[in-house]
Amino acid sequence: MKVFALERAADRAAAIAAAAASTTAQQGASVRFLAGGTTLIDLMKLGVELPERIVDITRLDLGGIEEQADGGVSIGASVTNSDLAHNVLVRQRYAALSEAILAGASTQLRNVASLAGNLLQRTRCVYFRNTATPCNKREPGSGCPAITGANRMMAILGTSDACIASNPSDMAVAMLAYDATVHVEGASKSRSIALNDFFLLPQARPDLENVLEPGDLITHVTMPARPAAERSVYLKLRDRVSYEFALVSTAAAVVLSDGRMASVRFALGGVGTRPWRVPGAEQTLIGQAPTEQNFRRAADLALAGARPQSQNGFKVELAKRCVVETLKRATR
Amino acid sequence: MSAQHQAGTDRADGTSVPVSLRVNGTTHAVVVDPRMTLLDCLREVLHLTGTKKGCDHGQCGACTVHIDGRRANSCLALAAVQDGREITTIEGLGSPGKLHPMQAAFLEHDAYQCGYCTSGQIMSAVALLSEPCGPSDDDVREFMSGNICRCGAYPNIVAAIQRVRRSQGPGGKS
Repeated sequence: MKVFALERAADRAAAIAAAAASTTAQQGASVRFLAGGTTLIDLMKLGVELPERIVDITRLDLGGIEEQADGGVSIGASVTNSDLAHNVLVRQRYAALSEAILAGASTQLRNVASLAGNLLQRTRCVYFRNTATPCNKREPGSGCPAITGANRMMAILGTSDACIASNPSDMAVAMLAYDATVHVEGASKSRSIALNDFFLLPQARPDLENVLEPGDLITHVTMPARPAAERSVYLKLRDRVSYEFALVSTAAAVVLSDGRMASVRFALGGVGTRPWRVPGAEQTLIGQAPTEQNFRRAADLALAGARPQSQNGFKVELAKRCVVETLKRATR
Repeated sequence: MSAQHQAGTDRADGTSVPVSLRVNGTTHAVVVDPRMTLLDCLREVLHLTGTKKGCDHGQCGACTVHIDGRRANSCLALAAVQDGREITTIEGLGSPGKLHPMQAAFLEHDAYQCGYCTSGQIMSAVALLSEPCGPSDDDVREFMSGNICRCGAYPNIVAAIQRVRRSQGPGGKS
C-alpha cells in the first residue's frame, strides 16, 4: 500500500478543509475520507486508490436515524448498513431498502460499511480493480478491455464507448426508488442533491462518477414519507444465493387502490452504470390493473435502451422478468 | 492490564503513529505505520496469531474479530484508528481448559478440516447468537455467508451453530 498521512478530523469544518486540498473528489483524489473503509482500504491495497492523505471521519457526529416531522426519515452519513437495515422505522416503511441492504455483502461488511460509503462504492469491474490492465475509469484514455473481454457482469444500460462498468450497490437502488436526497456540506456551500442527480453516466469520462467536488462531505440522506398503503419489495438475482453481486435486481414500491395501481416506482440494479430508473415505464402502470401483461409492458419499456455486450445479452430478458416478478410481489 | 509494543512497524515514511488498542480486555500501547491493518497488528505486533489472513480483501472472513461487540473483517480496518474500540479475538473467547460453548460445539461436530477458516467461523458464529437470525439452517447459512470454508465443512459448521443455539433455548442467550 502506498504511503499516506493519517489524520483525525476534529469537526466537520476540519474534515472539509482537509479534503478541499484535493484537486478532485473523483478517481485520483489525493485526499480521502475514511469511514467504514470497506471499499477504500480494499482499493488502496490493490493500488487503485492512491490517496496521500486519509482523513478519519469515524468520530464525527454523522450518525442517527430520525423520523422527520413530515413522516420522512433522515439517516446520518456514518450509520452502518446493519443499523440501517435493522432499524424498525426503515423496516416498516421502507421495506425494500432494508431488504436491499441485507441482500448485499456479508454481516461483517455491513457492520462497518457506512451509508455514504455505500453510495460511493466503486464498481467491481475486474479491469478497474486490476492495475495491470487498461481502464478508462482508472486511467482516462487508456482503453476499456471489458468491451471486448469478460463482460458478463457488466452494465447494459447507461454504457458508453469508454466504459460499461456496472454500479454494484443494492442500497442505492432502493433509495432511488424512494426518491432519496443526498445532503452535502462543502468548502463553499452546502447543498441537497436528488439521488437521481447524484450519479453521473460514464460518457467520455468514466472517472467522474458523481457530482461531488473536493471538500464535499455527505452529512445525511433523507427519504420522503411513504403512503401507508404502499408495499415495497427488493428482489436480487445472482449466481450464488448469498454474498454475491447482482446480475439484476429490482426495488419496487406500489400503492394499490380499488384494484388499480395508484402509484408505482421501481428501480433496477446490476444492469446500469448507475442505479437505474425509468419514470416513463412507471407512468404506463398508473391507473392500470396489476396484471402480468401490464408489468411486462412496463419492463419492456424500462429495458428499451439496453445495449448488451458479447456475454451479457441474457441480462435483458432476466431484468424484464425481475421487474415483472418484483411488481407481482409488491401487488400480491 | 497494559503492555508496551513497538515492534513490527514500518517507519520508512517516518509517520508511524501511537495508538492505544484494547484487545481481549488488555490495553496495548503500540506504534504503527498508518497502513497497518488491525489484522496485521494483531498477528505481527501483538502476536495473537489465532486471527487468520486469508484473502486480505474482505471476501473470505478468516480475519473476523469483534469490534465493540460486532463482527468485522480485521483486514479492512486500519489499526491506527481503533483507539477506544473494544476488540475481541478468538484468544479472548475461551482457553484450552475452558472453551467457549461455540468452540466446544465445533469440536464436537467436527466443523472443520484444515482449520484455517475456523477462528473466523467461530467469531462469526458467536456474533450470530446476538443477531436477528431466524431459526432455520438456511437462516444460519445466510448469516454465515461471509465466512468461506475451502474444505467445505459447511454442514458441520451449521450443525455446530444450531447445537449451541438450541442449547440456549428459544429466543434466549445462555
